[in-house]
Parts: sequence; structure tokens; C-alpha cells
Amino acid sequence: MYRIVEKIKLTPTDKMLVIEAPEAARKAKPGQFAVLRISEKGERIPITIAGVDPDKGTVVIVFAEVGKTSKDLGKLGVGDYILNFAAPLGNPLNIKNYGTVLCVGGGVFVGALLFLIKALRQAGNEIVTIIGARNSEHLIFLDDAEKLSDELYISTDDGSRGYKGLEFLKELLNKRKFDHVFTIGSTSMQRLVSELTHPYSIPTTVNLFPIMVDATGMCGACRVIVGGATKFACVDGPDFDGHKVDFDQLISRMRFYNPQEKIAMVYHYKEVA
Amino acid sequence: MQRRNTQVEMPKQDPKERIRNFNEVAKGYTSEMAVEEAHRCLNCKNPQCRKGCPVEIDIPAFIKLIKEKKFGEAIRKIKEKNALPAICGRVCPQEEQCQKFCVLGLKGESVAIGRLERFAADFERENGIINVEKYGSDGGRVAVIGSGPASLTVAAELAKLGHRVEVFESLHTAGGVLMYGIPEFRLPKAIVQSEVEYVKKLGVLFHLDATIGKLTTIRELFESGFDAVFIGSGAGLPSFLQIPGENLNGVYSANEFLIRTNLMKAYLFPRYDTPIKVGKIVAVVGGGNVAMDAARSALRLGAEKVYIIYRRSKEELPARLEEVENAEEEGIIFMLLTNPIRFIGDERGNLKVMECIKMELGEPDESGRRRPVPIKGSEFKMDVDTAIIAIGQTPNPLIQRSTEGLKTTKWNTIIVEEETCQTSIEGVYAGGDVVSGAATVISAMGAGKKAAKAIHEFVMKKRLKSGT
Repeated sequence: MYRIVEKIKLTPTDKMLVIEAPEAARKAKPGQFAVLRISEKGERIPITIAGVDPDKGTVVIVFAEVGKTSKDLGKLGVGDYILNFAAPLGNPLNIKNYGTVLCVGGGVFVGALLFLIKALRQAGNEIVTIIGARNSEHLIFLDDAEKLSDELYISTDDGSRGYKGLEFLKELLNKRKFDHVFTIGSTSMQRLVSELTHPYSIPTTVNLFPIMVDATGMCGACRVIVGGATKFACVDGPDFDGHKVDFDQLISRMRFYNPQEKIAMVYHYKEVA
Repeated sequence: MQRRNTQVEMPKQDPKERIRNFNEVAKGYTSEMAVEEAHRCLNCKNPQCRKGCPVEIDIPAFIKLIKEKKFGEAIRKIKEKNALPAICGRVCPQEEQCQKFCVLGLKGESVAIGRLERFAADFERENGIINVEKYGSDGGRVAVIGSGPASLTVAAELAKLGHRVEVFESLHTAGGVLMYGIPEFRLPKAIVQSEVEYVKKLGVLFHLDATIGKLTTIRELFESGFDAVFIGSGAGLPSFLQIPGENLNGVYSANEFLIRTNLMKAYLFPRYDTPIKVGKIVAVVGGGNVAMDAARSALRLGAEKVYIIYRRSKEELPARLEEVENAEEEGIIFMLLTNPIRFIGDERGNLKVMECIKMELGEPDESGRRRPVPIKGSEFKMDVDTAIIAIGQTPNPLIQRSTEGLKTTKWNTIIVEEETCQTSIEGVYAGGDVVSGAATVISAMGAGKKAAKAIHEFVMKKRLKSGT
């Protein structure tokens, strides 16, 4: 059992939880994730780690309430317990001095991006950050991003704040040289970033979250094709070379259980009622 | 009582009924049946059956106690050697082990030793008479990685010898393959949990959600004061066929299919949150127990037609005969001497068609079985909407990757000394599927016994040296 020690409502749908998990807090690195299960009947959900405090023994997660499990998670408050919290899982990102690094994060994944940026900064990189969201209401952690970045760009899908979409990235790539790109966010956003950086041959690391069940290498639900070879995102990743990922296959596999998710939601609302 | 020539039949759920539920297929003996079957045992002076038992249960002794209706004593006799009898009585391949050596088997049917073991264990559990003797705690500290049959055996044995044992399990439930792999209808999960509870009562501490290789390493376990480590992490990495279309939606590893169904209880969706999608026509590729489990689960999950696709002939099927018979009774269709060569999907990436080729048997290969050879021009297509790949598992490499100096084979199995289960690192032992590759529950338990003995000797020597 893992206690929730802090809860922050970031936007109407996005929440941040600080969870007591002392051993995981000592070990987890940027790029790694946790698998949590809320109750006996719950599913195992992978969730990116957005920060740790080894002294306090806590791990931070940020999530959007989109499905049954994330809605259940959002209902928990300070002092409540999460039944299972297995972390850290997956491989840490390779932190070193690349030079100038472009970090692109979207939606709730901005939390995980900032965890990465802190480490990259410490390693001596110059950091250019792009923070994106659907609209201005869903932009999170702007102040932290501002403080931690040498340069910060803001983008929204509807243009309600900052640049509209990611088209401006082309200009940025034309203008200046980046040694490495890290991106973490929705699969479609990571795909777009990878496509935009491809012509410039800038190494681009994506963080993939296909469907996972055990998330320890046992089930193979999370298989992705990278450079023509099948990889398990949970143990071989979750970070991969964005220029080599078969995004069509990935997106198709991520949609496989959509009808069941709807059934789960209907059942969930009935139960609540 | 008249001695019968044949085994007392064990009642089973009717096939027409059971394909609609996940309840246990075999219902077990009543006490009358058990006593009648026990009467068949000749109580040989030189019992051959014991030679076939990897954990050396005193078989004639416990059967004699059943004959005398001393059921409580019978289970205590078994538990002297076997900490998990309710499980072994259900899933051991007794026909290859103890029962194979039973002298009655020479002329007729052997004593149904497995069914009697199960009866004794069930009697104990159902009557709530589980006895846990108290053992000392003057031994050392031992870390056990994984909580499947090998690990549970090591943990129980060492606890009985007075060691403080802590088990590290990566999943949210202890039991390993007994929980995620073997289906409810063959091994009810409540029974596994009650065996785990027994191990807990012996004083063993369980850490769940603890993935060794990520959360902690073996070196750190030693640094934190453990005297020895046992690796029983199993064979959890699924093999795929490596043919085109294998990543289409609807193509599962048997592991995924069984984990969703057993561990996550997807057959109870949406009451349980984890879903599983099963099509109308299901093809299970492979011929082992895992393939039978997947096929029979698919049927219970609502599939209309379920095929077993196996590249050799019926004779070579690696599954237990009993499981093959159960599958046949339930209407699983066996397509033998057949091998898939390609999966074909629709525009949305969903599996629609499987292309196969017919095989014939050639010369024996290195496994001693006749090698299947494709018949040229025999390709054919069949409509399927779900395919389950059950062609084997290899060890999960997480521990091997994170442990410097741990010697492994090219299949990622850990190399150990045969007699002691010691790995290339002093104080680190390994056993079960992580050493042998995917095998049986009882052989893992046999390895666990060997390892426990060696670990005990190692730890006691170490403590003697250090004077603690």
C-alpha cells in the first residue's frame, strides 16, 4: 500500500499526486515509469514518473482523467492509499552533455519532461523547451519550465496561447542547431516531432506508451516495431529512436481496446449511480 | 475391501457445462473414493514410486494413512517433503513421475497418487486444520527472487530450517506462473493463495511490486545484509514465430492471453477492469500445456471455434495426455502437421487470415523428436480473428542484465552447478524455469529443494566463519 501525501489539481482534468514509495524514490530516473493498480479489481496502468524526492521518499505522477482507472485515481485524496505501485520500470534516459538539447513535451507529460530537463541541465546542456497542450487551459508547469529552460516556447493545438500547433518548429530547426531532441507526449505529437526533425538528422528520442499489462517483459502487448525489429516498450524502452519507430502500427495497436474502454466507462458510471 | 484393477475415476464437470465457466474441471475425490483408491496400494517394501518423485514424498506412508482414514496425518506426512501439495496434486505430470514407477502399472493402472495427494491437501484446507509448526530463527537472511513454485519451495524449506526469508515479487500477487499462467479451471487461484498463506505462516516475508534488476540489484541485497540469494524468476519472456503480420491486432502471446485471463481476471470484465478480446475463430499455435490452457480459456471466453495448430503429429504433442484429452472433450480442433507462415490483416491492422503450410516428419533432430519439414506447395489460408502464440518462453533477462558476473546460456538461462544450484556468483543460487527453460511445476520444486539444502549449508558455514 502506498500513501498519497499531496494532491494538486492542475487543470480541470489533469492532476498531480505525490506518493510515498521510499525505495522507488531512491531509484527512479527520468524516462522510467511506474505501474499502478488502485484496487483488487483494478487494471495495471503504466504511468511516467514526473519527479522524485529521495529524502522524503516520494514519487510524483501527473495524469489526465480520461478512462475509468484515471478517473478512479483522480478521486483519491491525501491520506488515501494506492494498492500497488511498482516502480521504477523501463530504462532510464541517457543523461549526458549533448550540447544544445530541444525538449518537447505535451499535455500531462510535461511533468515527466521537466524531470528530464532537470537532469539534462545538471549534466551541463543548454535547454530549449517547447511546452504544448490542447489549449491554454491545459498548459501546466509553465513557471517551472521557464526557470529550468534557457529558452521556452509555448504551443497550443487551438492557438489560444503561444504558437498554434508545431509548424513553427520547422523555422526553429532552420534557424539553429540542436544536438539532440527529446520528446514526450501524445503519440501523435511525438510522431510529428520525429517527422519534423528527420530531414535535419537530429537524433530524436521518443517515449512510447503502448498498451501494457505486466510491464516487466512478460506479455508482449507493448510490442513496437523499431527499425524493422519487434521491441517490447516496457523492457527495451520506453525510449526509442523516433526516426525508426513504425508509428502506424503503434497507433493501430493502441486503439485495439477502445471499444472495451467505452464499456468500462459505461459500467463505471452505472456503478457510481 | 476388494482391490480394483483400475483407478477410481475422479468426477469431472461435464464438457458441455464446463466450457461455459471457469470453475475447476476435475472435482476431486470424496473421502470414500480416496479410501477405495488408497486400498489399491500394495505398500511395497521397496517402493518404486518414490524414485519418480522429485521432492521424495513418502508416498506409501501417506497412502497408508488415507487407507486408515487418518487424513490429517496423511497431509502432514506429505508436507514433510512438499510445501505445496494442493498444487502438485493438480498439475504434476504424475504419469511421467511417481505413477510411472508404480508396480501396479506393469499389469494394469497405477495407483492414482496425484489424486490422493490432492485429496489430502483439499481435506486439510476445507476442514481448516492447517498446522504450522513453529521453527527457530537462528539461521541467516536469505532473499528469494520471484514467488513461483521454485521460490515458494526454497522459502518454505529455509524457513523451516530457521532462516529469515524475504521474497521479492515483481507482480502484485505472489505465486508466479501458478497465478498468471495456469488457468482457474485447472488450478483455482484461491488454492494457490492458501498455499502462499502457509508459506507466510512459516515466517516468510513477501515484498510485492518489487522488480529485482530495477528496484534493487542482487549486489544491493547483499549490501543490505542478506547472506544468500535465490533466483527463481521463471521463464517469463514469450517467444514469437518471427513471421510477417505477427504484430497485428488480435495476435497475442500466450502469456498476454493468460495474464489477462488469470492474473487480471478479464473473464469477469467489466466487473474487473482488465478487458480481453477474443474473436469467433481462434488459432492457438503450439502443442504444450500452455497451448492447451490458452485454447481452453479461449473457448470459455466465448470463441466459437478453437484450433490447436501444431507442426508435428499427435504423438509428439508435449502437453500432458490428460490435458490433450480434456481439450478434445471440450471440442478443441487439432490441426496437426501444420505451421503458420504469415498473418494477414485488414486496413485497420486487425488479424483476418492466417496462412499455413502442411508439414511432414523427417529425421529426428537434436531434441530426439522427428523434425517437421514443410511440404512444398501445400500452403493454405484460413480465416481467424485471434491467434495465440504458445511456442515457449525463455527467462526474462532483467536480472541477468543487472547482475555482473552471472553466467548464462545463449537462451538467457542461468548456468548452475547441478548438485547445488549455485550460480557463477558465490552465495547466489538459481532454480526452476530460469535455469531449465520452461518446464514443470514439480521440477522447479525439486530444484528448490536442492537449492534450499545447499543454501542452508552455505549460510551456516558462513555464519560459523564470521562467528555470528
